[in-house]
Amino acid sequence: MHRPSSTCRDLLPASGEKGERQHRAWAAAAAVPDPEVPCVTVADLGILRSVEIIDGIAVARVTPTYSGCPAVLAIELAVEAALRDAGFEARVERVVSPAWTTDWITPEGRDKLRDYGIAPPEKTSSSIRSLFGEIEVACPRCGSSDTERLSEFGSTACKAHWRCLACREPFDYFKCI
Amino acid sequence: MATDVAIDRETLVTLLVRLADDHLVLGHRLSEWCGHAPMLEEDLAMPNMALDLIGQARALYAHAAEVEGRGRSEDDFAYLRREREYLNCLLVERPNGDFAQTMLRQLYFAAFMEPFWKAASGSSDATLAGIAAKAVKEVAYHIRHAGEWVVRLGDGTEESRRRMEAAIEDLAPYIDEMFDDDAVTAAAARAGVAPQPSSLRSAFDRIVGPIFAEAGLTFTTPPYSQRGGRKGMHGEAMGFLLADLQHMQRTYPGATW
Repeated sequence: MHRPSSTCRDLLPASGEKGERQHRAWAAAAAVPDPEVPCVTVADLGILRSVEIIDGIAVARVTPTYSGCPAVLAIELAVEAALRDAGFEARVERVVSPAWTTDWITPEGRDKLRDYGIAPPEKTSSSIRSLFGEIEVACPRCGSSDTERLSEFGSTACKAHWRCLACREPFDYFKCI
Repeated sequence: MATDVAIDRETLVTLLVRLADDHLVLGHRLSEWCGHAPMLEEDLAMPNMALDLIGQARALYAHAAEVEGRGRSEDDFAYLRREREYLNCLLVERPNGDFAQTMLRQLYFAAFMEPFWKAASGSSDATLAGIAAKAVKEVAYHIRHAGEWVVRLGDGTEESRRRMEAAIEDLAPYIDEMFDDDAVTAAAARAGVAPQPSSLRSAFDRIVGPIFAEAGLTFTTPPYSQRGGRKGMHGEAMGFLLADLQHMQRTYPGATW
């Protein structure tokens, strides 16, 4: 059974000296960029679930975005390296439940994606669109919603390929799951 | 779906390996299109879907290995078993054929898995529930992609329609096996781990039916159904698939990079 969805913000550590170390560890891990979409960090994407100090070891929990995302291992290694660089003994654990959703991408993360030229996912993944039902995606470049999907699957598992009919630019859309 | 009835370890491992094998084998089949697709978008789409399927397979094998507790790894399951030890349904090992066959096979499997994952996302097995909650969203994209192609080809030219009709006839004998219940699925259902396959048939029909209707296609009832995959009895195509899949690991045992 699922625990209710939580975001990284709910998991901010407690106060006190241990809390201060956890804050430092969180900050170090949170700054790690996504290897495939480097404009956003693992915290922006909501895939860094928590960082806790357990028996003196910084334990970071991360969640894969897509089942077959090839970046997962790279992210885990990068988070571990960032924690070590910040002076922690570190361990990274993979958490599959509850499953990551694009709803966990922070508002800042969405803005960064748009600035980078990637249309952020629609607000919620709970509205499963009906088959053939199109969604409206605004062009990250000119803002027009006169856009069309070229392919459901793009250059990475998390993106679809779209184009803008107003400014004629092709763009990536971060799929909503 | 959670209940108090326990499931024994061996039964759970069998269930997980069956599922994982379905996904690994179909993922391998789709990856065979990489570099050969009729257009760039499809050349990206099929390896993308293959990646989803292989990712799901990895998570399932890793879970099976953990439940089994005999020190096997996900790689041992994927690369070091013999043909008779694979428990995938026969549909997924069917050769790619042409684009009509590939897309119809994809639609059938995705239309079976979507209701499966939906039910399993409430599994009493927390790890399977997590895998399912992610997979159910990925498979929704697979249905949409394959469904659009079935419509495009079925309602396309005379030639594309002829090929889609041939694919329907060719794959028809391999549908029923997906919905077979047995002692393993019954035990899993009792324990709230996974639904009985037979219970998913109407959901499958509700997905495939409207797509066929829009494509102007009719389903042919096969004169017979092929079975055996769940017991490790496979078609001729499977040996060739495994030869390709396992080649590196068999040639250079223990190789890593």
